[in-house]
Amino acid sequence: MIARAETRADVPASGVLASLLKRAALAAGVAFLLTVGIVGFELVSSTGELEYHTRFGSIVVTVAAVFFGYLAMGLLQAGLIWPAIIGAVVVGAVLLFVLVGSIRDPSLERFLPYESSIVDWSLLMFPVGIVLRGLWLFGKARSQAKTGRIAGSRRYSGWLAWALIGAALVLPFMPFADRRLVDIATLTLTYIMLGWGLNIVVGLAGLLDLGYVAFYAVGAYSYALLSTNYGLGFWVCLPLAGALAATFGILLGFPVLRLRGDYLAIVTLGFGEMIRIVLINWYWFTGGPNGINNVARPSFFGLDFDRNPDEGVAAFHTFFGIEYSPMQRVVFLYFLILACALVTNHFTLRIRKMPLGRAWEALREDETACRALGINPTNTKLTAFAFGAMFAGFAGSFFAARQGFISPESFVFLESAVILAIVVLGGLGSQIGIVLAAVVLIGIPEFFRELKDYRMLAFGLGMVLIMVWRPGGLLAHRDPTMLLHGRKRGRS
Amino acid sequence: MPDAPLLTVEHLSMRFGGLVAVDDVSFAAADRAITAIIGPNGAGKTTVFNCLTGFYKPSIGCMRLDGARGSFLLERLDGFRVAQKAGVARTFQNIRLFAGMSVLENLVVAQHNRLMKASGYTVLGLFGLGTYRAEEQAAVERARYWLDRTGLTNAADDQAASLPYGAQRRLEIARAMCTEPVLLCLDEPAAGLNARESAELNELLLKIRDDEKIGILLIEHDMSVVMEISDYIVVLDYGRKIAEGVPSEIRRDANVIKAYLGEAEDEGPAARAGEARP
Ligand SMILES: Nc1ncnc2c1ncn2[C@@H]1O[C@H](COP(=O)(O)OP(=O)(O)OP(=O)(O)O)[C@@H](O)[C@H]1O
Ligand SMILES: [Mg+2]
Repeated sequence: MIARAETRADVPASGVLASLLKRAALAAGVAFLLTVGIVGFELVSSTGELEYHTRFGSIVVTVAAVFFGYLAMGLLQAGLIWPAIIGAVVVGAVLLFVLVGSIRDPSLERFLPYESSIVDWSLLMFPVGIVLRGLWLFGKARSQAKTGRIAGSRRYSGWLAWALIGAALVLPFMPFADRRLVDIATLTLTYIMLGWGLNIVVGLAGLLDLGYVAFYAVGAYSYALLSTNYGLGFWVCLPLAGALAATFGILLGFPVLRLRGDYLAIVTLGFGEMIRIVLINWYWFTGGPNGINNVARPSFFGLDFDRNPDEGVAAFHTFFGIEYSPMQRVVFLYFLILACALVTNHFTLRIRKMPLGRAWEALREDETACRALGINPTNTKLTAFAFGAMFAGFAGSFFAARQGFISPESFVFLESAVILAIVVLGGLGSQIGIVLAAVVLIGIPEFFRELKDYRMLAFGLGMVLIMVWRPGGLLAHRDPTMLLHGRKRGRS
Repeated sequence: MPDAPLLTVEHLSMRFGGLVAVDDVSFAAADRAITAIIGPNGAGKTTVFNCLTGFYKPSIGCMRLDGARGSFLLERLDGFRVAQKAGVARTFQNIRLFAGMSVLENLVVAQHNRLMKASGYTVLGLFGLGTYRAEEQAAVERARYWLDRTGLTNAADDQAASLPYGAQRRLEIARAMCTEPVLLCLDEPAAGLNARESAELNELLLKIRDDEKIGILLIEHDMSVVMEISDYIVVLDYGRKIAEGVPSEIRRDANVIKAYLGEAEDEGPAARAGEARP
């Protein structure tokens, strides 16, 4: 990626090609060195002895993929779009031929490098991606030549949002929506909500928080403890959990928000771990590592989703006179988290246009300048921390209600990292970007659970691809919160 | 000096470890006047500003502001309160804008405290209650006023970082003015401007002085700016005040000429005055 700036200059194509070939070969060499030891040999224990199998086929394919992929990306960057597209089409066609052929004729399978057919098929992503990227660049160059400026992406981000909301509303009623799909969608929405919540802290206020999961935990334990100890219902506990999480946000934030940048990140990381360790060790209160069982499920305006609810409680299916089905609860939970997530989104969109939201963004841009304008940095940061924590608290109590069981296991540092990855890869501050990133990082890997170990690989691959193609995040565009001249007047 | 002093600085000293950046400096700045602080590089001018605006706590000294918002001892206010309560606004030697935000947003953020109050500290505003709408409209109008005065109206919806250098300098001044200060502190506003922009800046500063009726403290190296628009000049060298007076006096002052031209000194201020400025 180093050459991004230079290659576009008017260097003769042959010179570009020679240096590109050299760099592609270098990249392939690095790929070879990296994979030969780890992928090339597989240790197998057979009847007590340790043997190794070789997997050189996989390496050859990987190295070739790196070489040609690098070449194609380099060509695209150098503006040689058509050679890259033609090359990708040829490679893709050969690959497709083998893949399709191997379905009918198993003897072709030895040309396929990997052990899982899904992984083999996913190889197709690369040529397809390069072709799409090439066409996109080509289209952009044309529209730029025509109008003299890049067409704004903001125009369709508006209706993209409505289309996504519409799709989310009808999803559970689609014929293909089985229980598994709705469950995955619910999980993805939980992460979208967490992403939107963390986005207030990281994306808007620019405070790197590595311990966000702590507030998620506070929300989950608040609901679980209040409902198991005092029998409070979900709807009463939801605001309480949010308020408790926000209080924790302020308590934790107060001492640490004087720190800047890396120091803040490390201290928040520490706090995240502290909360988890307290949860493990405060045995009589939190149940320790065993967690809390039998957390009450949320009701629909007092209607339960059990087949045979307790005495005096009406059941959803009898009230509406329909057949009982376990799907009803699943779909209800889906809509519940969808509503919570949309509230989070609406809050963020609104507060961005309020003085507080603008001050958050200003603080992210330049804290010193904020001071010089009389903005209280500590209070402003604290409110961002508190609001972010509050939404994590809501999501946490939803999580406890959905699972019916929680334990400290669910609130490890990895969760914070995943949520942060969603926010960063989505394009800091971009609401729709977070949706896309959550789908890519949570939904898709969850859907391909049968890939087992390859799942983490897919997670990593998704991250790398986003970083390569969209270094500023999927949607790094920022809309101003107010306009003097209105939308009609084009930007000069 | 027409009025009683707006700002009185007495025996101000600022030490960084062994280094005395500002050494027992006293001066006064009048209301509705432009007071320039000049001196060779490293003389301690920016440090004086940092003390005045709450970024540094001075080691010794007293800074008194008697403005429209009341009397304040600036060294007793911490950090942001100097701008919030006392009404001292400043710009920075190396421009500090909210680069990713639009020009208009930069100016509206500057009116944060007033808008926060109007939005009921966000609570009322979130639900569309209170006087927030009207107050926001007023904030936009105030921003528009300063955009017009600084010639940035057409760029209002552009990203601040995308402005040319001279426009960024003007935007920073407009942003400081949107806080409605009683004292405006400008740290080298003409640095990096060409002759025409520099002349426009002179005009803008004179207008601010006359129309807004506030005091201006000006750090500047560009002598054409300083001599033309200042009402009073304070000269620092090595952290000490070496002269003060009206421009015609300063022009003839032997100490000032020595500090700038470095008479009979090899490694003295001349070497530093000749250095390229950041
Ligand atoms: N935070 C600090 N820590 C240590 N030394 C400092 C600090 N700030 C300023 N100084 C020192 O104080 C002295 C005066 O610096 P100052 O920035 O006030 O000079 P200046 O007059 O603004 O110069 P210039 O014209 O170059 O802007 C310099 O020697 C500088 O190195
Ligand atoms: Mg300076």
